[in-house]
Amino acid sequence: MKWGNDRRFFAAAAILAAALGGCASTGNDPRDPLEGFNRAMFGFNEGLDKVVVRPVAQAYETVAPLPVRTGVSNAFSNVGDLWIAVNNLLQGKPGEAGADLGRVLINSTIGILGLFDVASEMGLEKHEEDFGQTLGRWGTGDGAYLVLPVLGPRTVRDTFGLALDSYLDPVWQLDHVPTRNSLVAGRLVSDRAAFLPVDRVVREAALDKYAYVRDAYLQRRRSLIHDGNPPRERFGAAPAGTGIASGVDPARASTNLLLVEAEPVAGIPVEGQDAPVPR
Amino acid sequence: MRALIFALTLLVQASWGGAAVATAADLAPDALVRNVTSEVLTIVRSDRELQAGSHKRAIDLVETKILPHFDFTAMTALAMGREWRSATPEQRRQLTAEFRTLLVRTYSNALTAYKNQSVEFKPFRMQAGETDVVVRSQVVQPGAKPVTIDYNLEKTPEGWKVYDVVVGGVSLVTNYRSTFAQEVRSGGIDGLIRSLQAKNRSLETAMLSSARR
Repeated sequence: MKWGNDRRFFAAAAILAAALGGCASTGNDPRDPLEGFNRAMFGFNEGLDKVVVRPVAQAYETVAPLPVRTGVSNAFSNVGDLWIAVNNLLQGKPGEAGADLGRVLINSTIGILGLFDVASEMGLEKHEEDFGQTLGRWGTGDGAYLVLPVLGPRTVRDTFGLALDSYLDPVWQLDHVPTRNSLVAGRLVSDRAAFLPVDRVVREAALDKYAYVRDAYLQRRRSLIHDGNPPRERFGAAPAGTGIASGVDPARASTNLLLVEAEPVAGIPVEGQDAPVPR
Repeated sequence: MRALIFALTLLVQASWGGAAVATAADLAPDALVRNVTSEVLTIVRSDRELQAGSHKRAIDLVETKILPHFDFTAMTALAMGREWRSATPEQRRQLTAEFRTLLVRTYSNALTAYKNQSVEFKPFRMQAGETDVVVRSQVVQPGAKPVTIDYNLEKTPEGWKVYDVVVGGVSLVTNYRSTFAQEVRSGGIDGLIRSLQAKNRSLETAMLSSARR
């Protein structure tokens, strides 16, 4: 059963190697040197979503009433809180880690096996952590943007994070394969259903959906790594083309393509740190 | 008796429209965002047409209540980055108009999806003399994780104006940066204007056909 996880890891590594091997720079964005490969994979995922994933998620939304869907998503979320606690500890946030453990204890008991998120109502806020964020916190740069089959947007760093996340994922640890597979699929559907309302906004807002999703993913991850308080990039809102672009242009300035560039770590936000400008 | 009614009417008017508009210029940024949010939510909660999914209604609401507090020139400049400098005044005007239309179309539709959300504001601190601030809030809804919404505001002679909205860590403005830069690289600034116009036209068509249904 461990083999299944290893295989996933190797598959990811192989795709990565293949992609990096054929790494003729196809795009203009230094954060996305694999744009050609990524666009193809994005197209594949979009097709899969259209034909299978979204219809199933929509059916789920129609069939299961909100309280049921909430219960399902709470139960998966509860299982995830343990690993979130470990990550908070690894990021030097014992207080948050304690709160995560408290959540698991409360929700698994009073919350009836995690079906009800009683802890949130008691003021123990849900955190969102994973090993990719922990690596980021430790100073690992994003690495190239990478679209994985089925799983969607990641970066090289987050792909490594994901490998460990899934390796230690309690759901993937289940020995009974049909149960395990149903749960993994169920979680995918539950997660996808939560995103249904966003579909339309993205479709309407984007001039180029691929770039829109990529940029949103990268911004979102940056925010998560800094727990919602990323250092502000001060473009200055002054109109008439004065200081707006004063040197900070994420699309060009970021040169940390692979797992090389270290960011300053933990807590002390440095302005514009992920968009280094040559001085 | 008549005098009393008259006085009451005045009072009600003042507390509704008058107060909010007249003092918007010297309102603190967090108070401004709070007021507008609660005003809009009150309307959304009671408006049948809006709840039935009327886009026109949503756009009307956004245009009259929300947009006066936005600085679209600053938003467009921010989305353009360094390309803004090379745009002529006429190109800037067109870019701003098209970008405004796109943002309004797209995000006013979010109002029609309103269910039972409520908005909470996080504690706001501001140093004296600051002219660029962030007001943080989150949208809470039953059965889902809260979504953070941060408003970036800049002080202008006409009061505080929003120049960026950051939802769940994603800036609705700078998220366009690389797309805009790409469009400018391939078709110049006029190419970008044409792309925005085409996008807005297709949204317009979609809106009309869904209204007919």
